[in-house]
Amino acid sequence: MSLLAVERLNIRYGDRAVVSDLSFAVEAGESVGLVGESGSGKTQTALAVLGLLPGSAATSGSIRIGGADILGASEKVLNEIRARRIAMVFQDPMQALNPYLRVGQALSRVVSAHTTANDAEARQRVLDMLRRVGLADAERQYRAYPHQLSGGMRQRVMIASALLVEPELLIADEPTTALDVTVQAQILELLEDVRDDTALLLITHDLGIVAGRCERMLVLEHGRLVEQGRTTSVFSGAKHAHTQALIAAAPRPDRGVLLAPVAADKVLEIRNAEVSYFERGHGRLRAVQALSLALQAGETVAVVGESGSGKSSLVRAALGLVPLQAGQVIYCGEPLAAALQQRSTRLRRDLQLVFQDPVGSLNPQMQVRSIVAEPLRVHAPELSRAERSRRVVAILDKVGLDESYLKRHPHQLSGGEAQRVAIARALILQPRVLFCDEAVASLDGSVRKQILELLRRVQQETGLAILFITHDLAVVRAISHRVLVMYLGRLVELSGSEALFTRARHPYTQALLQAVPVPDPIAAGGHASLSGETPSILSPPGGCAFHPRCAHARNICTTTRPSLREIDGVTVACHRADELLQPH
Amino acid sequence: MSALGRFWRRARRSRSILYCGGMLTGLVVVALLGPVLSPHNYLQTDFDNILRAPSLVGGHVFGRDDLGRDLFVRSMLGIQVTMLVAIVASTVSLIIGVVYGAIAGLAGGRVDAVMMRFVDTLYALPFIFFVILLMVAFERNFILIFVAIGAVNWLDMARIVRGQTLSLREREFVQAAALGGVSFAGIILRHIAPNLIGVVTVYLTLTIPQAILVESFLSFLGLGIQEPQTSLGTLVDAGVNHMENAAWMLLIPAALLALILLCFNFLGDALRDVFDVRQAR
Amino acid sequence: MLRYALLRLLGAIPTLLLVIVLAFLMVHAAPGGPFDDERALPAEIEANIAAAYQLDQPLPQQFLRYISGLVRGDLGPSYRYRDLTVSDLIGGAFPLSLKLGAMAMLLATVIGVGAGTLAALRQNSLLDRALMAMAMTGISIPVFVIAPVLVLLLAVHLQWLPAGWSGTSAGGRFVLPVVSLALPQIAYIARLTRASMIDVLASDFIRTARAQGLGTFTIVRLHALKPAMLPVLSYMGPAIAAILTGSVVVEEIFGIPGLGQHFVRGALNRDYTLVLGIVVFYAALVILLNLVVDLLYGVIDPRIRQR
Repeated sequence: MSLLAVERLNIRYGDRAVVSDLSFAVEAGESVGLVGESGSGKTQTALAVLGLLPGSAATSGSIRIGGADILGASEKVLNEIRARRIAMVFQDPMQALNPYLRVGQALSRVVSAHTTANDAEARQRVLDMLRRVGLADAERQYRAYPHQLSGGMRQRVMIASALLVEPELLIADEPTTALDVTVQAQILELLEDVRDDTALLLITHDLGIVAGRCERMLVLEHGRLVEQGRTTSVFSGAKHAHTQALIAAAPRPDRGVLLAPVAADKVLEIRNAEVSYFERGHGRLRAVQALSLALQAGETVAVVGESGSGKSSLVRAALGLVPLQAGQVIYCGEPLAAALQQRSTRLRRDLQLVFQDPVGSLNPQMQVRSIVAEPLRVHAPELSRAERSRRVVAILDKVGLDESYLKRHPHQLSGGEAQRVAIARALILQPRVLFCDEAVASLDGSVRKQILELLRRVQQETGLAILFITHDLAVVRAISHRVLVMYLGRLVELSGSEALFTRARHPYTQALLQAVPVPDPIAAGGHASLSGETPSILSPPGGCAFHPRCAHARNICTTTRPSLREIDGVTVACHRADELLQPH
Repeated sequence: MSALGRFWRRARRSRSILYCGGMLTGLVVVALLGPVLSPHNYLQTDFDNILRAPSLVGGHVFGRDDLGRDLFVRSMLGIQVTMLVAIVASTVSLIIGVVYGAIAGLAGGRVDAVMMRFVDTLYALPFIFFVILLMVAFERNFILIFVAIGAVNWLDMARIVRGQTLSLREREFVQAAALGGVSFAGIILRHIAPNLIGVVTVYLTLTIPQAILVESFLSFLGLGIQEPQTSLGTLVDAGVNHMENAAWMLLIPAALLALILLCFNFLGDALRDVFDVRQAR
Repeated sequence: MLRYALLRLLGAIPTLLLVIVLAFLMVHAAPGGPFDDERALPAEIEANIAAAYQLDQPLPQQFLRYISGLVRGDLGPSYRYRDLTVSDLIGGAFPLSLKLGAMAMLLATVIGVGAGTLAALRQNSLLDRALMAMAMTGISIPVFVIAPVLVLLLAVHLQWLPAGWSGTSAGGRFVLPVVSLALPQIAYIARLTRASMIDVLASDFIRTARAQGLGTFTIVRLHALKPAMLPVLSYMGPAIAAILTGSVVVEEIFGIPGLGQHFVRGALNRDYTLVLGIVVFYAALVILLNLVVDLLYGVIDPRIRQR
């Protein structure tokens, strides 16, 4: 008998079906990946298994746990199953942990709800579990509130709370989506180590995670199961078109696309930029320090870094949205004023930005037509209405939207469509430099691929220079000529894309590359080679800021900040860069 | 279809908005026409017929008061005065609140901090006692009532507009407009103001009953509208003095007052749902 | 935490000073005095009275004198009750008002939070709708309407409870005033609790608690109650002010010799020192209670406590 058997499960809200006719099983001890894009019904399925769907959901079919059907069972019956037989780890540990309760309070209550343990025993059990999930200072974490923990520690607490009563099945719903890639690798490794003979149902949009971690996988599309099988066989020979498309759209950090080098026609230069903010009670927060970068026409430079690396501050300063404390931004040989308002209209039109959240970057009260036309009204007021309208239609056509979109409002667009509108608005002034701040981070794989292709096509046609900010190394290789890696506000490595992926010089870059999951069960990837998490930018370590996490650190690394060096055309900030070159 | 059009369509589908809006409109129409069409007027006393219960005979459907005056005409006059005071006072607080809040929100930084510190300070005051002091210290007149009520009620509006403006200013579409070259004025007009309308409408609807409460409270204490002019609060006050032998003098104006307040409160709630405004403090 | 409390207490002093200045100026700018309605007095006697109350001195001097008296707890003599000081009057009347207010506040919090939580747990049920319709009615009927209608119904017609204050010393005389004061606050608190409880119950950490197999009672008590109480707590400041305001009306209607009645009588009699004294006293009270509410916020929310 299967541990979990879902049969002909349907979930609908009103007349909208989110899961249709879904059947699958999970056997004791195995690890199964449940993969799909947003809206494919994967989270709804997990919630249904735990009886957590909202009252407005209508369900049919059956969910058997150890033979008993629990679909539509009473809370009392469900509470016998939750935590004891099936436990769940949620996506964002900041939201999923109660901010008003100490970790110990919340966790020991779970123990006492399901066992006969007294207070002291419950406490001991929680402390043991906290140590098991790698929280060495368990006594302290026991007394801590969630906000006092780092993102990775919070997710460890979440995992501890799920494993407290030794369930038979652990469901993890995008457990690492809210985390940095190096922490993601640690958490995934922890899940594997700590679960013993507990079965794992891992829900994710990231094929790389499934490839490295799951024995079997299930693929959902619009609430239907389109493919299932052993992970290795699905990746080597997917039968369903949707699975094939998903695999094709997954970016490969391990495979290069050699981009033709571009003519050295420098358009934008950032010299010695420093951005800092004043944080009340903390003093100066130095988001970006001593950073220099030149961008050529027709070139894409990717800026990569984890949260707190200062990559967004760099873009905002270059655009004049936040003040630059020191340094200069030089556009076509001309130094730009620090504040946006002081820059001439003509210069402003040449630098444009595409934001991460496509819907949030569009005014909800305006139609697509006026959103895209707005920059034209400012910069080319002499245009007739007809001409303006013609240009709007033309640019929308270029980003792949037809005239039927003109009258829509942002809430009537999908994420991908909204991002196309945002790109159209940025491109209508024919800028020379486009900044993309995590512009594809919130999009599904297939849409992300289309947007990246769109950007590349525009670049080839117009010679646009693109500065592409991302936390996701996987997408970088396919689109960028050069890559700049940042850590705690400083440049640690800047090199050609190919060179970076094959011969990274900085230990941090190397660790990042190892942590990226590869959508291929044979190439694997996703190794946690870095311990700990990025320290707070408010109090960066002295010497080389990376030294506390670096396996190669020497005395000099703790005392002296490494200066930038050029080795074989690669700019790197590491005392040991010349000895540490390891082929990847 | 514009966003406002969308709200309008959703608003028309809401039963609360339909009923409450209809009820209030009906009340105002009757209050305006009633005194004109009635054979009686609000001043006309009749000492032979004091404290007469409501009856259809002679057309005194709401009865007569302690001076023999027709209570229907006086109640309708009360509605007129109460609504007028409330609407003017709310408009005063709307203007002060929106201007103050928008300036603080747009200026941000230190200006905002100082302006909001001032509002916080005022929040901590038992304002109504100042209003009473004001009414006692100076000759009572309409203007003073407007000022007094407006002065109490603008704080909420200022806080809400400021909060909303501040968050709009940080929104990416505003930054996108700035990068597109749109001027500061253009950003306010095209991007910030249209997104404020929803919140302001909702809170205006909720400010009106607040203003009605303050006015009727003052009138009840004998510090607001003075005889022979009247408002619903003044009528309730008179009703309390005679409630043991003329309950209708209390119950009729009290019911009208409660009905009006109920309608505005329901309307505000329903509008909040339509505009999807969250309590933004 | 203690340091924070002390800082906040110091920060409240300018606010209080502002109140005193405003009230003082308003009273002194008022035309007419407390003795206007008496027979025209000879100029000499009028001057004597003015001198006795030190009204002949320049305003700044009067103000300084007032402040220095205030620091010693002396709010000056009453204009109307000539044998009593304002401090005596406040000291005599306040305990009764405090008792009424505290009882109303307690009643409002207990019933309001209970009803709101119940409605939130049974969202959109018949019970929820009934409770919320009642609450909406409750916030729409002013105290000065509720109180007389309750008297009319329960005291005059049914004669279950005493209508007035004097003439009885039974505890029953507290019922109607306290209930009248509490009703609108019950309604507000119930609505607030329901809304915030629904928000909290929809949050991710409640879903986590449910996934951990905790029962509804445990979830509400351990996980939901604290965060759901935050909006209610921040309403406590305005609620205290509302109860004070309400007490003015309620004491007037029931003839209770509390501070509110003194205030209204004082206002109508132009007993300026008394009115001024009560405004300053109320302001200090409200500011202090708001401060307490602020500090309680820190007790509930660990993220604020850290400051």
